Amino acid sequence: MSDNVLRYRDDEAHDEPAVTLDAFVAGQTNAGAVRLEAGDDARALLPHIDRLALVEVSFPSFRDGRGYSSARILREAGYAGELRAAGDVLVDQIPHMRRCGFDSFAPESAIDGAMLERSLARYPTPYQRAADAKVPVWKLRHG
Amino acid sequence: MYRYDEYDQAIVDARVDEFRDQCRRRLAGELSEDQFKPLRLMNGLYLQLHAYMLRVAVPYGTLNARQMRMLAHVARTYDRGYGHFTTRQNIQYNWIKLEDAADILAELATVEMHAIQTSGNCIRNISSDQFAGAAADEVTDPRPWAELLRQWSTFHPEFTYLPRKFKIAVIAADEDRAAMRLHDIGLQLVERDGALGARVYVGGGMGRTPMIAPLIRDFVGADELMSYLEACLRVYNRYGRRDNIYKARIKILLHEIGADEYRRQVEEEFLAVKQLGIDPPAAELARISEMFASPPFDPAAPDSVDRTDPDFALWLDQNVKPHKQSGYAIVNISLKPIGGIPGDASAEQIDVMADLAERYSADELRVTHAQNIVLPHVRKADLYPVWQQLGEAGLAEANLDLISDIIACPGLDYCALANARSIPLAQKIGQRFAGAGRQRDLGELKLKISGCINACGHHHAGHIGILGVDKKGTENYQLLLGGSGAEDVSLGRITGPGFDEDGVVDAIERVTDTYLQVREQGERFVDTYRRVGMQPFKEAIYG
Amino acid sequence: MRLVTGNDLPTGDVVWWAGGGWSRHIEEAVDAGDRAEAIAREEEAARRVNVPYVIEATATPDGPRPAHIKDRIRALGPTVRTDLTLKPADPNAGSWVI
Repeated sequence: MSDNVLRYRDDEAHDEPAVTLDAFVAGQTNAGAVRLEAGDDARALLPHIDRLALVEVSFPSFRDGRGYSSARILREAGYAGELRAAGDVLVDQIPHMRRCGFDSFAPESAIDGAMLERSLARYPTPYQRAADAKVPVWKLRHG
Repeated sequence: MYRYDEYDQAIVDARVDEFRDQCRRRLAGELSEDQFKPLRLMNGLYLQLHAYMLRVAVPYGTLNARQMRMLAHVARTYDRGYGHFTTRQNIQYNWIKLEDAADILAELATVEMHAIQTSGNCIRNISSDQFAGAAADEVTDPRPWAELLRQWSTFHPEFTYLPRKFKIAVIAADEDRAAMRLHDIGLQLVERDGALGARVYVGGGMGRTPMIAPLIRDFVGADELMSYLEACLRVYNRYGRRDNIYKARIKILLHEIGADEYRRQVEEEFLAVKQLGIDPPAAELARISEMFASPPFDPAAPDSVDRTDPDFALWLDQNVKPHKQSGYAIVNISLKPIGGIPGDASAEQIDVMADLAERYSADELRVTHAQNIVLPHVRKADLYPVWQQLGEAGLAEANLDLISDIIACPGLDYCALANARSIPLAQKIGQRFAGAGRQRDLGELKLKISGCINACGHHHAGHIGILGVDKKGTENYQLLLGGSGAEDVSLGRITGPGFDEDGVVDAIERVTDTYLQVREQGERFVDTYRRVGMQPFKEAIYG
Repeated sequence: MRLVTGNDLPTGDVVWWAGGGWSRHIEEAVDAGDRAEAIAREEEAARRVNVPYVIEATATPDGPRPAHIKDRIRALGPTVRTDLTLKPADPNAGSWVI
């Protein structure tokens, strides 16, 4: 595991190298860690989520938003392991990624910790329900 | 009108803080332009030809007088005394300094306004019918639904880095005043078995590959609408093309996989998504709807209007539309004076319109996709003083939906993407057809000009459309006929080889002359075109 | 001649490379020749200018005239609002663009 992974989990980090989705689905491995490329179908993992400890989702460019949907699909199906955004991950994007269910980050370029903290604290009450625990505004309005 | 509560205000205030920080990092050199660009675009800040341009959201085109005055204040204080109303019912300022951008947003936030998602590959400002709440033909006021969508789409965590921009329109009448089927998603609110819901059209758009959105679902109930839209967007986010910016809009995905396959995928996603509890409760739509309740109309308001003044009568016939309430009328303020710049208004004019709204229109204004302004609730007894005051401000042009009521993008005079100028052409066409008698004789004729293939001027949807192109370094204009953005939606066809600026004005005159010769009783230009086809026009143009 | 142009970072104003720095007036633009691309790169890296690029222009007695209409409009201002251009007092300023 690289040293600059930001984790928002209390459990022990999972050190095993991630295998590709193809290798995993082909059943050639007992791996507990899978790497999804941006275009991979996260749904292919759903039958196996109970035995996965880490899913790493690749962001080849910060403009490529497919990984946000991959994350939500996994979380909505009940995946509880580590979900890592890796690649071109920028400080201004991490709050949205957290909302989609990512709980660890392996950004290519270093991220300013203080700025990230400010950024994560900035919007306490979102408008919509997502894959995090934040309570949407409409719920606060109507209970 | 919607009013912010503490949550709405906190979100907009936080956005100002965030953008201030992003601007600071850029000015300090911590962010490169490449990194900053998507951040500033997400907040409507472009870099155009002469300066930064800021696009401010006017959600579903609705404003009160206080907000309108703030727009004038921004024009005066931070720009050069004017603003440009756009086909997305927003306003943009052409001469903004990056150093001022956060201060402007802070000022806007004090009147519950913002520039959130007015650009970027995200869900843009929700557009709607400018006559909402005033028109007799609507099944319900679409604006509460649009507000619900505004909240759902604001900082949507999953859909902020879509393949491309995403535009949603909501209407609630059969008459389409919002070009609904030329949006990525068009919603028409309908009633079924006593319940309100939406008919969902997906995959319309203009740009270089114009398409009319097919019907994807006949009815989605109010209680499941967000889930359904979430499914629509998720399929697009996952499978929309990202390899080619020109093929990245959802219309291309629909075109490539077909409407049936898209529908199937959405339904599959919807089955999963609707279990997640992401739809706000009915109480939320009810809460918002209360704020859009009709103003207290006077049931005894007189229904007759004194038409003695002939100029006033002209304006009345052209720019004033029927209201659902007897004794009231909908006033359309044309921002298309002959020889003027379509959609531009000075700070003084914006203030005048704010004053009139406050005094005569229940404190409400609307921006239309045709770049005009509406006073939705005017007592008929007040129409004459309203007209007089508009006239004093240069705002009483009686040309709504006539040939000089031209939609035009900013074009090469302002826009970094443009290939040709749009505004000078609009000015010349307006001047050529300036006579009131001549324009009125031509009747409804929607002329729309875009300065490049991106089609911000809706040229595909014009009865007459003009597209500016770059022909070896000189401006050239293609002519299209037969488009419509209304309920009779259609896409225009190119007549043939293009023209220079004067040539295209001449060609339009030959087109309208032909129409006058061949039209039958009661036919609008576009009806005649549909009946006789391109050929007679082509012969007249190219002879 | 080859000019380097861009927009000023804090204000967004159109600027032209004038040798030792940037000018808002195209009359002061200099021929950057073979150094044009390098100047654009260096100045952008130093965050002194926004999205600089290189254009072709012709030297005239009144100063450089860009080959493309877009850059002529940038040099002057919007042709439909001559009051807001760099030459508001010159009624014929717009004809230079066409």
